[in-house]
Amino acid sequence: MLVEPSALGLMVNAVVQRHGGLPTRLLQILREVQDSLTWLSPEAMDAVADALGLSPDKVRRVAEFYSFLYTVPRGSYDILFSDNITDRMLGSRQLLRYLCDKLDVGIGQPRADGRVTVGITSCTGMCDQGPAALVNGYALTALDKPRLDRIADLVNQLVPLAEWPREYFEVTTNIRRADILLGRHFADGTALRAVLKRGPQAILEELVKSGLRGQGGAGFKLALKWRSCRDAPGEVKYVVCNADEGEPGTFKDRVLMQEYADLVFEGMTLCGRVISAKQGFVYLRGEYRYLLEPLKATLQRRREIGLLGKNILGEPGFDFDIDIHLGAGSYVCGEESALIESLEGKHGVPRIRPPFPTTHGYLNKPTVVNNVETFAVTAKIATEGGAWFASRGTAESKGTKLLSVSGDCERPGIYEYPFGVTVRRVLEDCGARDAQGIQMAGPAGHTLSAKQYDRRICFDDLATGGSFMVFAKHRDILDGMRNFAHFFVHESCGFCTPCRVGTSLLCDLVDKVHTGHGARADLDEIRRLGRIMKAGSHCGLGQTAPNSVLDSLDQFPEAWMRRLRSTNYEPAFDLDAALGEARRLSGRDDPGAHLPDEQSDLVRLAQLLADQETPLSDDERNLLGALP
Amino acid sequence: MSGEPTFTIDDQPIPFQDGQTIMEAARAAGVYIPHLCFNPEFAPHGSCRVCLVKVNGRAQASCTTPAAAGQVVQSETEDVQEIRRGILEMLFVEGNHICPACEKSGACQLQAVAYYVGMLAPHFTYFYPQRSIDASHPDAVIDFNRCILCELCVRASRDFDGKNVFAVQNRGIRAHLVINTPSGKLGATTFSITDKAAQVCPTGAILIKNRVYESPIGRRLYDRQAVNVVGDVAQVPESEGGRRHD
Repeated sequence: MLVEPSALGLMVNAVVQRHGGLPTRLLQILREVQDSLTWLSPEAMDAVADALGLSPDKVRRVAEFYSFLYTVPRGSYDILFSDNITDRMLGSRQLLRYLCDKLDVGIGQPRADGRVTVGITSCTGMCDQGPAALVNGYALTALDKPRLDRIADLVNQLVPLAEWPREYFEVTTNIRRADILLGRHFADGTALRAVLKRGPQAILEELVKSGLRGQGGAGFKLALKWRSCRDAPGEVKYVVCNADEGEPGTFKDRVLMQEYADLVFEGMTLCGRVISAKQGFVYLRGEYRYLLEPLKATLQRRREIGLLGKNILGEPGFDFDIDIHLGAGSYVCGEESALIESLEGKHGVPRIRPPFPTTHGYLNKPTVVNNVETFAVTAKIATEGGAWFASRGTAESKGTKLLSVSGDCERPGIYEYPFGVTVRRVLEDCGARDAQGIQMAGPAGHTLSAKQYDRRICFDDLATGGSFMVFAKHRDILDGMRNFAHFFVHESCGFCTPCRVGTSLLCDLVDKVHTGHGARADLDEIRRLGRIMKAGSHCGLGQTAPNSVLDSLDQFPEAWMRRLRSTNYEPAFDLDAALGEARRLSGRDDPGAHLPDEQSDLVRLAQLLADQETPLSDDERNLLGALP
Repeated sequence: MSGEPTFTIDDQPIPFQDGQTIMEAARAAGVYIPHLCFNPEFAPHGSCRVCLVKVNGRAQASCTTPAAAGQVVQSETEDVQEIRRGILEMLFVEGNHICPACEKSGACQLQAVAYYVGMLAPHFTYFYPQRSIDASHPDAVIDFNRCILCELCVRASRDFDGKNVFAVQNRGIRAHLVINTPSGKLGATTFSITDKAAQVCPTGAILIKNRVYESPIGRRLYDRQAVNVVGDVAQVPESEGGRRHD
């Protein structure tokens, strides 16, 4: 019996066919199916599984793993506020509530008419132009109340996204300081001509001479990685560009992909020639969806002028092409083996290493994975030579580094410095006059107090992927720590025990102290948890998740101590708070309905907040609002 | 045995063959390293992290780390055991493990390993998650409260039984075990208590119906001897209080 194919089935089949029916495209397919439906219903997931010949649980596994894929209904307009601490500094939380009120919608819940959802998401990489958000995956910048008023109207009037004012989606590059990478002109094709003229071995030697290390932060010697991949057995090899810039507070790869994409693609193609790979992939984080079409256009232009595709620059057998994969909201996919899993269409759980990607990477073939900035630099080195690059920087950290500067400063944006620059110099240049502290290299990095501003940014002192978030004196450092702790709970993949459980335990303890319920024993517990997570976790996410909290305990002990109750131990269970439901039921909230404790948490916290000089945070205001 | 490469665990020389992990070489040499998600019949998983050791001073999971000549491995040192205790405590507070009320108490590898590493109480704050019990299958019960996400049943059913009955879904602290049917019920699957998947659970998450409370508390598997002597619950025959199908 012939069954009439449903509209859903037809749509899904069309998407799957457009992706060649390849299971490695599963994540891309689910993204596109969701674009048509606003969410992935069980029927839609089954249809995808059917069309790809996968078991339904595999499809569900992917759909449930990524933040931007929804297995419950969402509004036709899906608005997600970036929830990085830098967005919060710019008032994002107030704006979130403002828009929710305006649209009469609860946080994360679709409105009854199914038209709109408003929620939060991890840092969208617009820290220099926040408060930022995403609408149906497209970046919104520089939000304020007038803009949100207009957005609420656009939503209520069902105006298609394409007709929204262009300036809402404008992303500026804010390049404040350029050195050898951003400053010098690069003529497309020069790196590829260099490798054709001098041969891959000579280029590899230039890379050795340059001393270039992976710019993502880990700092593995680049020439070593390329050589070991080149020498790995196997005919088929791959080049992967990690553009999953998920570390909160970093956005330099976004600027490179927006303004210097040719340089990045040239570096990837160069790598293809050196290691004998024919295929490259850019793994572009979902938050940078707005870059997809421009990047595809750049790739097409490069094919047309002979810099990509078959017989590049007329050289027989120099074949290399690049495909772009979009992520879907998962920080752990920035870890190279999780990124490869995701590239293969799976959920992003980091692999067991060894083996490493240079021998067993994409589809278990030898694969070079490098960061956007690293590839851009290789193209420059191929053109200008290793010695030229090595003349900048320090003995162990050659060349320059792009910093993404945000937070409390006059000139947030991109700064390129030779390695070895001091924190103090960066603060002066960006106009951070009263910096209380810096969160360097993101929440997984280093928390610095003013005592450490003479430290240097380089691999042997402060290694960084580029995130540099400034906290002014009037900020509460603990607001940042709490934001970071929640970030890691959200981003843990859940595979290993220390990270899956540890991030939640750590977050609960930070919350406990932040809300004035903590005691000294809690700080000891935080340190113990941190030790277990660092030693026990499967990948870098869990191993680094406690860093900022642990650093801040050392660097800003007073920020923690002033929140503690005076006792050594406070139970997590709050008896008076537990009576709250009974009070609500009986309609009573007079003093007699509370436990007769003069030091009751709310009273004590109110006193603490009244005594402090700094302005109240959102959470504090909410707490005070709850007082009788 | 001359010429065979060795490494040391707590100063004891351990011979190994190329390709063996530290865990495999230790097992072959009769040296116990506590573990939960590791089962010698399956590829190493590396998720529970209980088998953590220090290799040349660096913490690593022994089940996934290749053995290499000259490695200095610390396993029963106080700082390693302290990390293991912490990991065990995490597993206990994440789920709802009410040992006195559990039929597997005494024959539970999770509990036995906790005793072995000296965990007396999970002093972290309990999560008390809301999880269900699935008794829809005629011969087995799944108590999701006790699942520690070792994925042994997932792997056994998929790779051994060829049934793919179980899966883990979602991410982070929301990751959880599910049954691969539209209803999510075990009764709707082809799961059988003779499946490998029914024999590998290191906790009381999978229970066989009509065969419970066969031996009293105090005379169960790990009541008699510690886990380092008895071994994995999956390796001991049912007739001796383990899970392996006779």
